[in-house]
Amino acid sequence: MTDDAPLLEVSNLRVAFPTRTGMAEAVRGVSFTLGREKLGIVGESGSGKSMTGRSILRLVPPPGRVSADRLAFRGEDLLAASPRRLRDIRGRRIAMVMQDPKYSLNPVMTVGRQIAEAYRVHSHAGAAEAKRRALEMLAAVRIRDPERVYDRYPHEVSGGMGQRIMIAMMLIPGPDLLIADEPTSALDVTVQMQVLAILDDLCSQRGMGMIFVSHDLNLVASFCDRILIMYAGRVVESCRASELHTATHPYTRGLLASLPRIGEPPGDLPVLSRDPAWLTAGLEA
Amino acid sequence: MTARSDIPPAGWRDWLTTDTPQSRTQARLGRAWAGWTAFRRNRLAVAGLLIVLALVVVAALAPVLAPYHPYAQDLNGRLLPPSLAHWLGTDAFGRDILSRLIHGARLTLMIVALVAATAPLAGLAIGTAAGYFGGWVDTVLMRITDIALAFPKLILALAFVAALGPGIENAVIAIAITSWPPYARIARAETLTVRHADFISAARLQGASSLRIILGHIMPLCVASLIVRTTLDMAGVILTAAGLGFLGLGAQPPLPEWGAMIANGRQYVLEQWWVAAMPGLAIFIVSLGFNLLGDGLRDVLDPKGD
Amino acid sequence: MMIDIQDLQIRFGQGADAVTAVDGVTLSVREGESFGLVGESGSGKSTVLRAVSGLNDEWTGRIAVAGTEQGAKRPRGFYKLCQMVFQDPYGSLHPRHTVDRILAEPIAIHGLGDADARIVRVLRDVGLGPAFRFRYPHQLSGGQRQRVAIARALVLEPRVLLLDEPTSALDVSVQAEILNLLRRLRAEHGLTLVLVTHNLAVVANLCDRLAVMNRGRLVEEMTVEELRRGAAREPYTLQLLRASQGYDRATAESFRDYA
Repeated sequence: MTDDAPLLEVSNLRVAFPTRTGMAEAVRGVSFTLGREKLGIVGESGSGKSMTGRSILRLVPPPGRVSADRLAFRGEDLLAASPRRLRDIRGRRIAMVMQDPKYSLNPVMTVGRQIAEAYRVHSHAGAAEAKRRALEMLAAVRIRDPERVYDRYPHEVSGGMGQRIMIAMMLIPGPDLLIADEPTSALDVTVQMQVLAILDDLCSQRGMGMIFVSHDLNLVASFCDRILIMYAGRVVESCRASELHTATHPYTRGLLASLPRIGEPPGDLPVLSRDPAWLTAGLEA
Repeated sequence: MTARSDIPPAGWRDWLTTDTPQSRTQARLGRAWAGWTAFRRNRLAVAGLLIVLALVVVAALAPVLAPYHPYAQDLNGRLLPPSLAHWLGTDAFGRDILSRLIHGARLTLMIVALVAATAPLAGLAIGTAAGYFGGWVDTVLMRITDIALAFPKLILALAFVAALGPGIENAVIAIAITSWPPYARIARAETLTVRHADFISAARLQGASSLRIILGHIMPLCVASLIVRTTLDMAGVILTAAGLGFLGLGAQPPLPEWGAMIANGRQYVLEQWWVAAMPGLAIFIVSLGFNLLGDGLRDVLDPKGD
Repeated sequence: MMIDIQDLQIRFGQGADAVTAVDGVTLSVREGESFGLVGESGSGKSTVLRAVSGLNDEWTGRIAVAGTEQGAKRPRGFYKLCQMVFQDPYGSLHPRHTVDRILAEPIAIHGLGDADARIVRVLRDVGLGPAFRFRYPHQLSGGQRQRVAIARALVLEPRVLLLDEPTSALDVSVQAEILNLLRRLRAEHGLTLVLVTHNLAVVANLCDRLAVMNRGRLVEEMTVEELRRGAAREPYTLQLLRASQGYDRATAESFRDYA
């Protein structure tokens, strides 16, 4: 493990599912490298953006198969890692936040204990120490009364708070990379902004890298440093977030144009017409 | 995406598997075909289906298939072991066991069909009504169901038969009366999961009456799990009917009911084992067939796959 | 006035657990207008819509549609006047009914007759050819399903269409298609639209006027022209507007809860 290696190297990543009529590829040759930055992966449903995020942690549901020329985390090959090593990396070095906290939290354990457990699994700290760290973490994700929230059960907290708790639980082992799959899509816009601010701060303070998977072009453009635009399992365009408006691929341009905007007069929105050529012409990032 | 390389091109198959059916019939048949394709992949289920189909065929053609008349006695040929003349041997009255089993298939099939045609339907009606209306309707219907569920099935059936008098019709009635509550529970549970679905709200917003919503929207979604449950229960129904027959409360002599046949054979079970074992084997095979079929249907009909 | 709501109160639950979901909402929508009802989750916007549609019957106040005061239970004729489209196109179509059956049902309920011609016409109206008529919902994409849901609402030729987040479950490119479709249908049929959404940009695209709700109360009513200029008066509306502009670290810091 070397510190000058990029955080994540992905080369020719493929995810395939066997179907009755042969193998169906959900991800078809995605390549990128990630440093200590916020990388956005944007696409519509079925574009393979979530599968790309999941395949890094090898969390593709069976019978899906992941293959890649290279899939390395800080120089360590993830495809060759033993299940034990992979479990160690998951959580401690790479964390994942999903869209709906309700499914990711244990309903019969208080949220505080879940966060403390997450810390103890990876640090072997004592119970008191773990609780102290859990309360600190709850405060870090701006939960106003950590002591009180610590003893609540998942069903007793709101969606926005549940997502903050989830983030606290994922970030308490101090991972180097966070994969966030639509982490704020189920939240109201104002809560969404607050949760993003928390993630933003954690990235800049801890030097954490982040992969932010989302369908929301505007959000990704304003939040991330760099964007990959995916279509039908491929990356069709890659650009700096600030330069999204100068994107050249017709798919990206079509997506941007089809977004309604508050400042624009009402009227028909340009409709995206899909070119079959997009399916074959890929762009490597 | 939809290249079907492993399926040979055939006109009717394309017609069935098309994504753009041209008529109601084609859409329905296409759906049935998709179900059959899924079912076909489960070999045990196909075996179960074949057993059940065999039961139907045997029952339909009983007089043709049976080598002897089921009541034809031959007191000189009592308790003969299986031989070329009597493939499965003869019983205490010298009656051919094979012929009796073949004719008994009719009774078994009749019991199964009558129970399947009554108990699940009653349960479906009660369960969907309770689930859809909720409130006091639910409370009343479900308390009745609970009471019925509280009695052990065979004991309740015994009590009914004792009150109504022994006989195969009364046995069927008793089994039907004691087996509807689980169906009502299943139907209610299924109803509760879809009751607040948007498509039910949409139907209400079209001005659909409660009856139309229950019949046209809710019941079709409950039917799948009821069919599976009914098929799996059929083994139990056969066993209960056989149990009643065995206790002398079901089919009366000389009817060749399989349970009654075991009862007749039990006193010879050590020396002339075939008298009791052959009907036992028949019950075992048919029960197994229904169970396998039910398991296969569950895989096909369970809405989770949609 | 096509829709007139006075002092609408909606409470859920009994006694101490009762929650006031809608608290004294008064608003009206003119005939032919497209009206947006905007708010975050729990604001009560969908609850208002469900009360107007007749799905929710536990409310107090006054609801009048097309000049007729409505009670808790609606006569069958009401549903010919006022129809609704739901958010989730995967949950609003019966999984075992073909498109044909879905569209034939309202025709049968209201005894309209001439079902074949009506179904073909309404399918064409929503941009689906007759090829879609005998498909099951699982054979359709999300956008196609939402078109079927719109067709089902239109088959009774209503004057009012209630839309509950009709595009929020769809991809943006499909959202654009559905918004264009709704605009065209409104013009062709002279429909009055009430659109419930959390997305201000969608309201700006489709509506003439909007009301902002927060925690069961109506915060502010404004025209879309005012929205476009950012000319909101209430701080809550301004915050919602800022949040819709994308992520900004400093802006996120300024957000607060408005009760």
